[in-house]
Amino acid sequence: MSEVVNVRDLGSQGMVTLRGDMSSKAFKAACKALSELAIPDRNKITEADGKGIVWMSPDEVLLLLPHADAAAAVAQFAAAMGAEHHLAVNVSDARALIAVEGPFAAEVLAKLTPADVHPAQFGPGDFRRTRLGQVAAAIWCVAPGSYRVICFRSVADYTLNLLSASAEAGPVRHF
Amino acid sequence: MLILECPYCGVHADETELAPGGEAHLKRFGPGSDIDDFEGYLFMRENPKGLHFERWRHAYGCGKWFLAARCTATLEVFGTYPAQSAEPPQSIKDAITAKRPGWSWRDFA
Repeated sequence: MSEVVNVRDLGSQGMVTLRGDMSSKAFKAACKALSELAIPDRNKITEADGKGIVWMSPDEVLLLLPHADAAAAVAQFAAAMGAEHHLAVNVSDARALIAVEGPFAAEVLAKLTPADVHPAQFGPGDFRRTRLGQVAAAIWCVAPGSYRVICFRSVADYTLNLLSASAEAGPVRHF
Repeated sequence: MLILECPYCGVHADETELAPGGEAHLKRFGPGSDIDDFEGYLFMRENPKGLHFERWRHAYGCGKWFLAARCTATLEVFGTYPAQSAEPPQSIKDAITAKRPGWSWRDFA
């Protein structure tokens, strides 16, 4: 087969969960200071220069950054927010990041999730928290045919095997 | 298959991404309340064939609780709205009235 979808663990990725009032000036400014990026619209991700911000829920964003910078980012965020109610946690080592890349990558995911990942509905910059098989996962589209999956580190083996099996089984050609 | 739109994140979530939370719009009767009210709060539930109001949690998504108005017989969904609502918003009531004229559910109609 010439068509192959490549599934691989991307190794260490810094991830910091930030919660608070996302409409507040301090929260926006703190996110900007940490990532140089604006807070994305709901179900979106903004990425640039190895950093990213993900919209996780109405009061939560996930900051993506180099693994070594995560601990410092937590302290910097806490300092920037001051007395304002907030939460910042370094979850880098609790999560795993997996890349799914190839011509039918969308179908590899579609076989495992109830989410609509058809390229017409789920394009670059779109983000979705859902489930893959039996576990919770978050998916986003980097470019057509290139997706990233975040899952809990404790189920990373399962998720990796699940995606690999889905990729090995080949395309369904519904998309 | 039941698909509900989460009012917080706008995701059309499949039933398997949601956690059911039972009946919506329960009024809590705590310690010191009348024994019949307490029993009603704890045990008495609607069990309709037709229009029902339910609590759901977007467990595999944003994690927020929301309320849904749907038909248990046809799986028709009339709408979803935030869990902070004391009663269904007028738009939901209108949607139900359009499909089920003369409907009533507990104190709502």
